Amino acid sequence: MNAKLRSTISKIVLPLSAVVLLFVIWQLICSFTGVPKYILPSPRDVLAAFQKDWQLMMEHTRVTLTETFIGLGLGILIGFLTAVLMDRFTVLRKMIYPLIVISQTIPTVAIAPLLVIWMGYRMLPKIVLIVLVVFFPIAISLLEGFSAVDKDTVNLMRSMGANRFQIFRYVKLPNSLGHFYSGLKISVSYAVVSAVVSEWIGGTEGLGCYMTRVRKSYASDKMFAVIILISVISLILILLIDILRRVSMPWEKVEYHRRRKS
Amino acid sequence: MAVLEVKNVTFSYDGVFDVIKDINLILRDGELVSLLGISGGGKTTLFNIIAGLYRPQQGQILLDGEDITGQSGKVSYMLQKDMLLPYRTVVDNVALPLLIKGMKKKEARKIASDHFKQFGIEGTQKMYPGGLSGGMRQRAALLRAYLFSAEVALLDEPFSALDTLTKSELHRWYLDMMNNIKLSTLFITHDIDEAILLSDRIYLLDGKTGTLTDEIVINEPKPRRKDFNLTDDFLRYKRDIIARIGGAES
Repeated sequence: MNAKLRSTISKIVLPLSAVVLLFVIWQLICSFTGVPKYILPSPRDVLAAFQKDWQLMMEHTRVTLTETFIGLGLGILIGFLTAVLMDRFTVLRKMIYPLIVISQTIPTVAIAPLLVIWMGYRMLPKIVLIVLVVFFPIAISLLEGFSAVDKDTVNLMRSMGANRFQIFRYVKLPNSLGHFYSGLKISVSYAVVSAVVSEWIGGTEGLGCYMTRVRKSYASDKMFAVIILISVISLILILLIDILRRVSMPWEKVEYHRRRKS
Repeated sequence: MAVLEVKNVTFSYDGVFDVIKDINLILRDGELVSLLGISGGGKTTLFNIIAGLYRPQQGQILLDGEDITGQSGKVSYMLQKDMLLPYRTVVDNVALPLLIKGMKKKEARKIASDHFKQFGIEGTQKMYPGGLSGGMRQRAALLRAYLFSAEVALLDEPFSALDTLTKSELHRWYLDMMNNIKLSTLFITHDIDEAILLSDRIYLLDGKTGTLTDEIVINEPKPRRKDFNLTDDFLRYKRDIIARIGGAES
């Protein structure tokens, strides 16, 4: 068996077969125990719910994704600016860093109702919640990337007469790209979950609202369907980030092979 | 004529212990001068001072007679590691000093690319440094140093991380190269053979006291014979240096 085939099996086939197995077991439990549909719907029921409500779910998905992307974009921007400022001014870093960490210990479900009271039922409180959640992993990962820069490289740049901005542009920023993508990967799944949580609290659109409605009507098949849909959306976004990372960091592959050779 | 002059330089990190003390040396136009001494003996500290990264407590650095003490961006500096940025292509790495000086990207790339053949790295422009061999990486780093300042270069053990064969090949290439580009170079090494092979003069730095103890002139015409390191003259220089180092240490 060649190495490529082995790698494909271990990366795709094995995890996929575990998922399939899980669904088979789930179906068997439902078929043989006769558990009521409103307690535990079978995978077949969930599939039927998907078919029935597909159109409606897609409309709600559009709203949730809009909130997610706006929140993610703003979160990245604010996270980036925070990291740059904390890297540039040590005093600011010492002041802000603990506050940022504390802010992350507050559960999103606790903040969401407050944001709705302050900002109403429209999109704004949802986006604010996503921003609050997203900017932390972005800021921290970027800050780590900025700090992880090799001191000798910075000295070499200084010996060439590079100013602070040039050192940032040519060394710190590209050097932190890998860290940024690691943070983004976490952020994107947080963003989707936060969008859904904020929709639970108030509003009329979005997968969170849909989820609340089907839960209240004990339509567990639809509840499972929407949970799976949210997971799939998160997975697709994470996959897209992986692709983006590979495209925007082509040197990573070259460095990987060099390290393996040496 | 002296291009670079180090006058009475003393430096201490903690204000108590002098890492280097009362250093005086000169580098003449087109010369290659080595600073030979044990690792951790203050050679790199002296280079950092000349490059303007540290300011000495005492003394001056003169470039063409002008005081450049504590000023960076005046002489090119190549460290032990090649320091090529893994995320920039080879041509963009080499062009970096020109970009820092404010040159437009297209122009900087063209100037850098024009030197690739001369430095034996033609065809690697669009590659990432990770795809180059150790020797090629050092050549690219040397070209980057050369493009920064075609006047004076500080090379801090640039070949020390290479295997013996690559190192020997690079030595030959470097001697040919120097003959063409006439770059005045101050060279750090702890390898006596390397110092004799490449240098016009050698300063011996005593790591314990942080002072220069001796100066040896290598009276061998350039370009050097290919078998210079196998000659009696070479061995004579080597014996002499070993004796002087022994004398300085005892």
